[in-house]
Amino acid sequence: MKAKVIEVSGLTKKFGNFTAVDHITFDVKEGEIFGFLGANGAGKTTAMQMLCGISMPTAGAGTVAGYDIIKENERIKRNIGYMSQKFSLYEDLKVWENIRLFGGIYGLTDKVIATKTDALLERLNFREERNTMVKYLPLGWKQKLAFSVAIFHEPKIVFLDEPTGGVDPAMRRQFWEMIYEAADQGITVFVTTHYMDEAEYCNRVSIMVDGRIDALDTPAELRRQFNADSMDEVFRQLARKAKRGD
Amino acid sequence: MIEVKDLYKSYAKGKVNALNGITFSVEDGEIFGVIGPDGAGKSSLFRILASLLLPDSGIAVMNEHDVVIDYRKVRQIIGYMPGRFSLYQDLSVEENLTFFATLFNTTIEENYHLIKDIYQQIEPFKNRRAGALSGGMKQKLALSCALIHKPEILILDEPTTGVDPVSRKEFWDMLGRLKEQGITILVSTAYMDEASRCDRIALIRDGKFIASDTPQGIIENYADILWSVEGTRMSALLSALRDYSAVKTSFAFGDKIHITVTEGLQVGELRQYLAEKKFDDVRIAPIKPTVEDCFMALTSE
Repeated sequence: MKAKVIEVSGLTKKFGNFTAVDHITFDVKEGEIFGFLGANGAGKTTAMQMLCGISMPTAGAGTVAGYDIIKENERIKRNIGYMSQKFSLYEDLKVWENIRLFGGIYGLTDKVIATKTDALLERLNFREERNTMVKYLPLGWKQKLAFSVAIFHEPKIVFLDEPTGGVDPAMRRQFWEMIYEAADQGITVFVTTHYMDEAEYCNRVSIMVDGRIDALDTPAELRRQFNADSMDEVFRQLARKAKRGD
Repeated sequence: MIEVKDLYKSYAKGKVNALNGITFSVEDGEIFGVIGPDGAGKSSLFRILASLLLPDSGIAVMNEHDVVIDYRKVRQIIGYMPGRFSLYQDLSVEENLTFFATLFNTTIEENYHLIKDIYQQIEPFKNRRAGALSGGMKQKLALSCALIHKPEILILDEPTTGVDPVSRKEFWDMLGRLKEQGITILVSTAYMDEASRCDRIALIRDGKFIASDTPQGIIENYADILWSVEGTRMSALLSALRDYSAVKTSFAFGDKIHITVTEGLQVGELRQYLAEKKFDDVRIAPIKPTVEDCFMALTSE
């Protein structure tokens, strides 16, 4: 049986009398690609902030990467990777400077950073871009680099918040192939997306509605349960039940 | 009507070519979609058409008003919703709307019928600061503000980016109703599945239109033989397909794989090859392409 990289129960976050996340309970196994779906305003971001150790839950408990989300949240931050579509790299730094910066933040030594940087640039076929300012890279390249930087310190788990928004179709698929490679190496991937075809690429998917997790299973099983042809239809059936506007 | 001819725009002293000769026209009351990835030039194009950016060369005319010469007139007849939220964060929902109405010498009451559909959904929060709204509500407010002066042409730059599939569908339903009121709509998106909601589309990449037609026309022009392959162990199946010489391209499409194959290949041959590789449960069928298939075919050339 594989180890659980995320294990939470009754996780809740209230802002005043508004319950953003309402008693969610789930686990994610080592090496799993876990899709975290939900409509805008369903509570995904708040839930993710709690899992990443940057927001304290109002109630509930759990561990991420082996650390307690309440008592050891600082350690969680050091042991996860994070990438979002909106922010991932510093635009005004060169490719190598970004890698150096994030490697340093996560406590890698200069020597390790130097060796790993060469390997990374080689693998991405990026050697010639070493000194390119990140803002001059095409978006798809940027996203690939950002993902590589997010897992540069070999975290147990990487959180990807809409990593492929706005990326062109071919590049979006290449990006997913990188996700598969990382998962094969044992890195757990926790990913949000609004592309329902990408939900199909996940091992398991959860769908949040009004702060709760209303469905959680493999894509094939969810399609069967909801008698739907596609994840898009599953999503629509669930989102229609939402009471709170976004 | 929108008429655009040979539009060029570059940045950083010519180092970055954002637009490389764009020519097209949009009829009155049409929904025209510009579809392509981030960085393809969509925002530069739209900012030029909104008279907020000067082209290096070329002409753009909005309902007979040139965007460079008659920019004042252009600004009166268009409604523009930029990609980035750019309303006043410290004003309330209602104050923002009143502000934009006043700028154009009108009132919320006068054109309420135009925004009713959309605005009703955020009206309960009309005293909330715009900065404190959720993403979906900001989008609705931005559209209300772009519509409040009853524009003839609506320019929407990626209105559905980061928006969930259900809200995206609602948004497009709303655009359909605005079209019925005779408003010409130019809209950009990175979501290929939104193409079918447009009367005509242009696929954009690297500052060029690589195709422009009705969604149906784009699909009919697809030149490859396209099959869908379904099975378990998708990642391994994808590799196996890529190793087969008669398979030209193979890409994951949700729970299926779309492949293009060389002419003359029989479904049976591929099935046999896959069976030898221990893929016994595959379903293979010729399919019609989606706009996404077309985009990928056009950009791989």
